[in-house]
Amino acid sequence: MPIEPIPANKITHQLDINSSPSWIDEPLLRVEDLKAYFFMDEGTVKAVDGVSFNVYPGKVIGIVGESGCGKSVTMKAILRILERSAKIVSGKVTLRRRINSDDPNSLEELIELTSQHPNSKIMRKIRGAEIALIPQEPMAAFSPVHTVGNQIMETILLHQDVSKQEARKIAIEVFRSVGISMPEQRIDSYSWELSGGLRQRAIIAMALSCNPRLLIADEPTTAIDVTTQAQILKLLRGLQEERQTSIIFITHDLGVIAQMADEVVVMYLGMVMEKASVNTIFKHAQHPYTQALLRSIPSMQSESRVKLPTIAGSIAHPFNRPKGCPFHPRCGHFMQGVCNAEQPKLVEIGDEHYVSCFLYSNETISSASPLTEKNT
Amino acid sequence: MSDAIEPAGVARQPSVKPAVHRQSSSTPLLLEVKGLKKYFPIHKGLMRKVVNQVRAVDDITFFVREGETLGLVGESGCGKTTASRCILRAFPATSGEILFREADGRVTDLAKLDRPGLRRFRPQMQMIFQDPFGSLNPRMTIFDIVGEPMYVNGLKNRTERTDRVAELLKLVGLRPEFMRRYPHAFSGGQRQRIGIARALALNPRMVVADEPVSALDVSVQAQVLNLMLDLQEKLQLTYLFVAHDLSVVKHISDRVCVMYVGKIVEMAATEELFYAPYHPYTAALMMAVPVPDPSKRHIIQDLPGEVASPANPPSGCYFHPRCEYAQEICRTQTPELRELSPDHFVSCHRAEELKLAGIK
Repeated sequence: MPIEPIPANKITHQLDINSSPSWIDEPLLRVEDLKAYFFMDEGTVKAVDGVSFNVYPGKVIGIVGESGCGKSVTMKAILRILERSAKIVSGKVTLRRRINSDDPNSLEELIELTSQHPNSKIMRKIRGAEIALIPQEPMAAFSPVHTVGNQIMETILLHQDVSKQEARKIAIEVFRSVGISMPEQRIDSYSWELSGGLRQRAIIAMALSCNPRLLIADEPTTAIDVTTQAQILKLLRGLQEERQTSIIFITHDLGVIAQMADEVVVMYLGMVMEKASVNTIFKHAQHPYTQALLRSIPSMQSESRVKLPTIAGSIAHPFNRPKGCPFHPRCGHFMQGVCNAEQPKLVEIGDEHYVSCFLYSNETISSASPLTEKNT
Repeated sequence: MSDAIEPAGVARQPSVKPAVHRQSSSTPLLLEVKGLKKYFPIHKGLMRKVVNQVRAVDDITFFVREGETLGLVGESGCGKTTASRCILRAFPATSGEILFREADGRVTDLAKLDRPGLRRFRPQMQMIFQDPFGSLNPRMTIFDIVGEPMYVNGLKNRTERTDRVAELLKLVGLRPEFMRRYPHAFSGGQRQRIGIARALALNPRMVVADEPVSALDVSVQAQVLNLMLDLQEKLQLTYLFVAHDLSVVKHISDRVCVMYVGKIVEMAATEELFYAPYHPYTAALMMAVPVPDPSKRHIIQDLPGEVASPANPPSGCYFHPRCEYAQEICRTQTPELRELSPDHFVSCHRAEELKLAGIK
């Protein structure tokens, strides 16, 4: 399938946040029907296939899913840092950006990120200053041959009009704000001299150094121990409340999602299965996949040595994603001729509660009754 | 890519087993570890002089009863993997005893045996590995992988071996036809099942599982945990289950042993340990686990500081720099592991006076 070139228009709107209050409700980031495919010799992998969500100012949105669900590719597509073999096939990502990022009351503009060139000046200005990334592996994220301070100062110097001395001061300040003791000394250490928890804090400091309004945290705590994880989660929550930063929190850990997110997007094989507030997802999940996932996790609150309900089978290989609903071969509510024929659409079934399942779509045969089970 | 054997669908009714702790204190011990130490030397300089030692496992004593699951839990660097490898004699212990009771009641100290002496015990203790991708040789078929232990231990007849491999694959929920395929054709969960089949090939009495589900997706973890529970019941296996994930350990274990910087801090029956812990570290560890319930957000509590280095542990109780209850005695004296109440062991000077909260 040939890919249509995306028209290279730049700025869609300029707006004054103070003069037009209606813009306050505008999401900071709007992702609409995003599709990112990998074109490889073996075939096409539809890693992200029609994902939509909004990130509102000061909110934490959790993207949860198992391996191959496209959660990391979504993040890379937003930042336009996809691998060469991957292309954004369609969809729009719109960001609300401060024209002058140093000024909190600055005029704002809407920028469509998908139409920018990945290496363009404007994307480079956005990455790090407007949207910052907390990567999964803190060891790999830092260069081992430069001090952490140098790497943070590099970010600051790139985005802010300050001298080297001032940049160092800012770096020390962010180090302090993420709870690193003795920041004046630690700033001159190399990443391999720091422990796992400190390294993760340094990465967070780097991400925060230019006061981004949106943080993308890609599995920020998977590589670290539970007690350190608790420290990092607490830190992120504190910083988020204090700075009113929006966070896209990508993880496979439902416990972390429950603790951190305001809204949750559940993904499976490149598609959004369910989207709702965190309470709705954990108390009134409607999609069979979400329900099954919540039931199958061992919890400390559940009884020991009791068999867990499982989801049969395993996640399909992305090369041969099942036709129709990607979850149908593993689903307990599979309807022959419906689920394996067409892809269900994401429909709103309650207040801000979206599900993509034929059990809830009007086009379904009337015999299929919606799930009633609500507790998980 | 192959399909799994189970019918599609979400199992609705879990078979409920009583969650009481099934082995009583009268059940004979299968394994008893006494004063096990494993130090790794740190070499430095031209002469490779030993300058220090990493005390990966530092004088631990515990036991495993026949037919039970003992969960060994702790953060990275606590020595849980080193301890399990020492027990299997994957590497020699620095000192200590590893007493293994055979089916006829004879007790042998594995730590003192040499390679030929160990051969008799190898089939009785098997291992399930963490990484289902790294632990299967990509150039061997499933038949070769599962059949190799049998061949090495004297089952040279190929037909008999084929029958046995087919039987084992069925036991772990895979189709016998799969034995002609190579590991790349299987998903992570299926590979882990193959690893389990291999571990069971010689009818072991004890299986050491080192993080068997941590590399698997959440939806597949439950399948493997259920399989392990099933197999334990069918084959009367004893598990030493090593993991860092407290929820998983709580789910599968009869008793749990918590380690911190090479030492055992607490050991008790699962329910008792989780609902009424004696050691501050156990309590802190449980509080740090994010609860999958958005209405319980407040309870994340963080433990200050970081895990101490086993090369340079603090004085006294290794946990004292992070412990909110630490007193002078904790800084100077190393606490011993003692039985505070029946079958509940703890190494903390102040265990009697502290009233610690378990999970709610």
